[in-house]
Amino acid sequence: MASTYEKIATTTLGSAAADVTFSSISGAYTDLVLICSILGTSGVTSNVVTRVNGDTGSNYSSTYLYGTGSTAASGRQTNSTHIFIAQLNGYAVTNQPMPIIVNFQNYSNTNTYKTILSRGNSAGTDVMTDVGLWRSTSAINSITVKFDVGNLQSGSTATLYGILKA
Amino acid sequence: MLNTILGSFSTGVAPSTSSYESIATVTVGSGGATDVTFSSISSDYTHLQLRAIARTDQAVIPAELAITFNGVTSGYGRHTLFGTGTSVVADARSYSDPAYYLQMITGASAGSNTFGTVIMDILDYKNTNKFKTIRSLAGYDNNGSGYIFLNSTYFGSTNAISSMTIATQSGNFVQYTQFALYGIKGA
Repeated sequence: MASTYEKIATTTLGSAAADVTFSSISGAYTDLVLICSILGTSGVTSNVVTRVNGDTGSNYSSTYLYGTGSTAASGRQTNSTHIFIAQLNGYAVTNQPMPIIVNFQNYSNTNTYKTILSRGNSAGTDVMTDVGLWRSTSAINSITVKFDVGNLQSGSTATLYGILKA
Repeated sequence: MLNTILGSFSTGVAPSTSSYESIATVTVGSGGATDVTFSSISSDYTHLQLRAIARTDQAVIPAELAITFNGVTSGYGRHTLFGTGTSVVADARSYSDPAYYLQMITGASAGSNTFGTVIMDILDYKNTNKFKTIRSLAGYDNNGSGYIFLNSTYFGSTNAISSMTIATQSGNFVQYTQFALYGIKGA
């Protein structure tokens, strides 16, 4: 059988940037997997979020579960303009990246809304998992990752993979 | 290297992209389906991964998947940590269930076009010297309601897993429900 887990693109930031966007994503796969190692701005508390297809409307929602080292909690976003994929409950720390994996399930299916599953950790402050919904039947053709406050710092990486089906 | 490191602790990532192969995919058609079975699963791999979106025609949500291996219909249980959007719950079912019940899917009372999803790893599925351990990340969001689940269970048999049947707690899977089974090779 052929390999079915393919790298689509990788971005490594050489300087701070507002976001990383993968565009013109092929519809050839069943699922997409985004793997990030995100560096934040030292001293800034923020969340890593994702949007798709450039949609800035209130078409996203999510349910998440996280632990801070002393507390476990669950929260929700409703009619949001993005989906949380990792949160930083404390300040960002220099050289301490946030590892994040986001699964975009059946991203090219034009009959269903799109559901994502993510795991996003901030090694010094918390662990988090999230299920998110984009209320659109459009195929996902671009993905943006950013902080809700501040920039992605130099050295942040993001790699997009596609998973084929039999 | 990043992929290898992340693959060690997070569901949904193959340890090597060249060793991740599609075994079979089933997409439910317009008539719906009561269950989906993957049979004659090859022993060419080290681990299996199931990726799915699913919805039932029943109103109750969250609805449960009922997963059995090798036709065995007893001795299943699970441990779960889940979030409701407002609270965190730790839960367990004793190992006396007829199937591995995995809460994750939506039903007719959810918003249109909204499906639940799961990524399930079945580790060392062909090892005949130990029980098979299984973990999953699953959930759904319905814009104002939803659940996110971390599940762990085992299949209490030393037989290699060669088939897997996925049904619903009740009712049928609706059109566009999809189950895709992948194999992950060892070195």
